[in-house]
Amino acid sequence: MEFPTALVLNAIIAGLLLGGFYAALSVGISISFGMLDVVNIAHPAFIILGSYIAYIVNGWMGVDPIVVSLVVSPLFFALGILLYRIYYVCFERRGQESLRGLAFFFGILFITEVALVLIFGVDYRMVRTAYSETTWRLGPVDFPMRLVVPFLVSVTMVVGVQLFLTHTFFGRAVLAVAQDPLALRLMGVNPTRVKGLAFALSIATAGVAGAFLIVIQPVQPAIGREYIGLVFAICVLGGMGSIWGTLLGAFVLGIAESFTSTFFGPSWAPAVSFGLLLAALGFKPSGLLGR
Amino acid sequence: MKNRTFAALAFATAVAVIAASRLIPNDYFFSAAYTVLQFIILATAWNILGGYTGYVNFGSAAFFATGAYSSVFLYKALHAPLVVMIVTGTLAAGLLGLAVGYLTLRMRGVFFAIATLALAVVLYTFVVNWDYVGGARGAYIIQPRVIPFGLPRYIHLLYSAMVLMTALALVIARAIETSTIGRGLAAIRDDELAAECAGVPTLRLKLFSATVSGALMGMAGTTFPYYLAYIEPSAAFSLSYAVNSIAMPLIGGMMSWVGPVIGAVLLGSVQQIVQVTISSAWNLLIVGVLLVAFVTLAPNGIMGWVDAWRRKRR
Repeated sequence: MEFPTALVLNAIIAGLLLGGFYAALSVGISISFGMLDVVNIAHPAFIILGSYIAYIVNGWMGVDPIVVSLVVSPLFFALGILLYRIYYVCFERRGQESLRGLAFFFGILFITEVALVLIFGVDYRMVRTAYSETTWRLGPVDFPMRLVVPFLVSVTMVVGVQLFLTHTFFGRAVLAVAQDPLALRLMGVNPTRVKGLAFALSIATAGVAGAFLIVIQPVQPAIGREYIGLVFAICVLGGMGSIWGTLLGAFVLGIAESFTSTFFGPSWAPAVSFGLLLAALGFKPSGLLGR
Repeated sequence: MKNRTFAALAFATAVAVIAASRLIPNDYFFSAAYTVLQFIILATAWNILGGYTGYVNFGSAAFFATGAYSSVFLYKALHAPLVVMIVTGTLAAGLLGLAVGYLTLRMRGVFFAIATLALAVVLYTFVVNWDYVGGARGAYIIQPRVIPFGLPRYIHLLYSAMVLMTALALVIARAIETSTIGRGLAAIRDDELAAECAGVPTLRLKLFSATVSGALMGMAGTTFPYYLAYIEPSAAFSLSYAVNSIAMPLIGGMMSWVGPVIGAVLLGSVQQIVQVTISSAWNLLIVGVLLVAFVTLAPNGIMGWVDAWRRKRR
């Protein structure tokens, strides 16, 4: 097999751009699964929900999907608070999160998907933005704007989440709850409240990431499932609960996928994340930047 | 009741059911009953790992499709008889269960659950790219012209095979439940660390239960290509298998082999009715809502209610 330089360069750039977007998809999982130990497999369902909300408002008022998602993110935050409340009362408090909690999130994932199918059908929906058609060229390398804009906003969001977690009181409380909830309780902080707000933050990031998704590619309700493997692979690969690790893992996965689709065909790309997940679990379960 | 008595009784019932069904003139009955029986097997198989051992498998569709596609392969390659297909598909899915279990069951249960979720996506990708078994276009599987045992139509044979396989699955599930293995699995479910300390060979038992569970799911899928006469990846890997095989034991009750049967019969029949009267998208929504409702409000399922009622009467 030949590896022409231009093709390799393009694959690397496309992989990095894609990776930035993947980081936005998985930063929420890194918070909920990595730090709070809430295995929210319904995370992709909220991403798709975010895509559809961006789609509706864009079609209705013509506002850019990413702007829409930032405006409606408080709604996702509220949804996250509600969801964690149910999860806490029904499962975590009873110590049943491992089996029934998982089944609960699976049910939520499934209901969201079927409800979207019933409302919007299984057609692919897409959004046109001012920058959809523009592509910058730098020598042989292409920079399609529909990837660059989500990349920039994604990386900003992920770095913002990291700075928020390390530089604010509340953020440090989240990190503390990840390390030792009992100690937090002894300090007079209610870990459940902290977890609820942090979980809500993770759902809010999912909603925003949904807007990136619909800018990058057409969306239909069932594609959420394809991202379950991906977001958990990135979270585990990067190291549980490490935001920088998530960013790094996302870039690794983005480049791996981009190389696979360039050299073996795009139909093989979904297998990459699973391969990396299994490799990470088998050889280095603590991840790249894990504690 | 001893396991041997139960097995004799189960298979006798199966034969009696098959014989009695000959009197039913309606072909739709066989098709509907086939689907419900298929769900009983899937739910029972899921419960061996999920209910007895406490490990959640989201990849029922992957195991089911492994059985189905091993049949497609045997059909294309050898035109093998149905029995060979059933045995091969069961073994293949069992091996898959063993392999996935070996890779992920040594870690926290969550990783197994995530791995099975991703497994379905990867196997789907693999089958879509595998042209020999039809790829994304799907493959036609022609039902044989000659039907053994003097049955009038091929669906009768598939139905009979399904009844026997259901009996087998129930016998295996009950045997595991009542044996030392079952007690070991229950110990793992309740407290894995304590079980390990008490000398329960946890990894070996988990692998055993993942293998048996996967094999039974595969078995349910082996006759599926003949049932549809045309198979495509999205039908074999449908998420509805995954969600149904979780919802049915949770709704019926996970502590004994009866629960999944109750859940499957109930939910399977409701879905058949809704599918005919409303639409198939709605029946999936109903399954999802019931799953969430039961898991939050009645975590022990219908059998949990029965147990509570019995205890109160005592």
